[in-house]
Amino acid sequence: MDIRVNHLTKTYGTQRAVDDISFEVKTGEILGFLGPNGAGKTTTMKILTCYMAASGGQVQIGDYDVMAQPERVKRHIGYLPENNPLYLDMPVLEYLTFVAELQGVPRAEVPTRLRSIVGRCGLNLEKHKKIGALSKGYRQRVGLAQALIHDPDILILDEPTTGLDPNQIVEIRNLIREIGKEKTVILSTHILPEVEATCDRILIINRGKIVADGTPESLRQQGEGSAIFLVQVKVPAGSPGPTEALRALPMVKAVEVLPKQPGRYRITADSDMPFRESLFRYCVKQQWLLLELTKEEQRLETIFRDLTLN
Amino acid sequence: MRETWIIAQREFRSYLDSLVAYILLVVFLGLTGAFTWLIMADVFMIKQATMEPFFNVAYWSLFFFIPALTMRMLAEERRTGTLEVLLTRKVSDWQAISGKFLGAFLLIAVSLLFTLPFYVSITWLGPVDHGAVWCGYLGLLLLSAFYISMGIFASSLTDNPIVALLLALLIGISFHWIFGILSSVLPGAGGRFFHFLSASNHFDSMARGVIDSRDVIYFLSFSLLALILAEARLAWRHVADASMAR
Repeated sequence: MDIRVNHLTKTYGTQRAVDDISFEVKTGEILGFLGPNGAGKTTTMKILTCYMAASGGQVQIGDYDVMAQPERVKRHIGYLPENNPLYLDMPVLEYLTFVAELQGVPRAEVPTRLRSIVGRCGLNLEKHKKIGALSKGYRQRVGLAQALIHDPDILILDEPTTGLDPNQIVEIRNLIREIGKEKTVILSTHILPEVEATCDRILIINRGKIVADGTPESLRQQGEGSAIFLVQVKVPAGSPGPTEALRALPMVKAVEVLPKQPGRYRITADSDMPFRESLFRYCVKQQWLLLELTKEEQRLETIFRDLTLN
Repeated sequence: MRETWIIAQREFRSYLDSLVAYILLVVFLGLTGAFTWLIMADVFMIKQATMEPFFNVAYWSLFFFIPALTMRMLAEERRTGTLEVLLTRKVSDWQAISGKFLGAFLLIAVSLLFTLPFYVSITWLGPVDHGAVWCGYLGLLLLSAFYISMGIFASSLTDNPIVALLLALLIGISFHWIFGILSSVLPGAGGRFFHFLSASNHFDSMARGVIDSRDVIYFLSFSLLALILAEARLAWRHVADASMAR
């Protein structure tokens, strides 16, 4: 089931939380929804899940319109809201049964469905405990389990891994990857490695507008106009430090002195091969030893910062 | 309807799980029992086999108990965010609200069921006006529906359960008491208007055994109105309210 978002706008008073965004997500795709806090990710997700009405534009889930047919839409969506709100005084199984019944899972199927989802989310040992007694990682699993209980075609996860330890993050990611094979998944986050590890496509949103849309690779290429190098040089004793000289080189845009590693720099240059050559020649001329010259893979962090900071 | 019932069951069970139900039962039965049998104008003092003392106490104690039951219903769900999980399931706002209403109503109905032994033992003491008793119970049920709806409405206005409780008590006091006072003070149309609004006027006649369709309609329509207002408050999130959306 596909998601089509067309010129979606949401205003709070005079503030435009979501400003005319359009995108599409196809079945089997995991879309990473990225942006700084307050960019409009959560608002968009609340509109997709029929919790809030949009101020303008359309959202279609499959053939249904989110605003006109919310009952139809909700049936197909599994949603894990931000901060994973749960009824803490309910036992896990009772809560999942409640959600399953609400979502219209036929009564006869509820037990089998419960068994499979509890196993899949690794909740077997905790299923009789009250949710309030569970650790954060397990609560997150309960949140995922309630989103998955009715086998939805679409899964919308708002920051599914916040507050988890690294092991739990890996587990949840694997779970999402596995689920994402046959479903349409949108997950929001501001943890960049997470997107690289889980998502097929990235959508970066800033101040309510889409600023980038593509696969992690294509986004990285977008940022390739300039290249970043790790450089280590050793200057002969007695001569002045190389920092200023490096800054003065042609094609150099920025020189960052790496802390605690003497003679090591991160240099941003606006070309690749010509810069390497000229740096090498310059070092020879100055009788510096060039110990390292590595091109650094353009990182998503850099792209993200470039796109969202101005 | 299915969804309403599922939510009602959850609410009812959460009362049982959280001791609220038991405390309510013990205190409610204790209070009404004490005033019916032991204290002040009890049946032995007025020397009549009547349930009227019971109805009077029940009338007052429900006034305090019900806001305590309803204060969390929407306020706390909003504060913790579970409202969002609930309303993004296959549930309409109205189903959520009516489910919560039904859950609380069931608990009150069960509590009232536990007072039937009072009725049975009174019948042993002397001739009882059975019609009046059933009529009084009907009055209590209607009154409870009225308070529950008002409580749910109050709970929809805020995300703080204590504020919801105080609001519900304020609304309750108005209908219970203040409108009654105003009706006796104000002359003419104003007086008649407040006489109509006052819940106690409508309840008193039922407790005496008079079923007037106007009283029934009064309770039912005000309950419905409060629930509709609560639904409207929930629907408000679609329009403008960033604080509620969060």
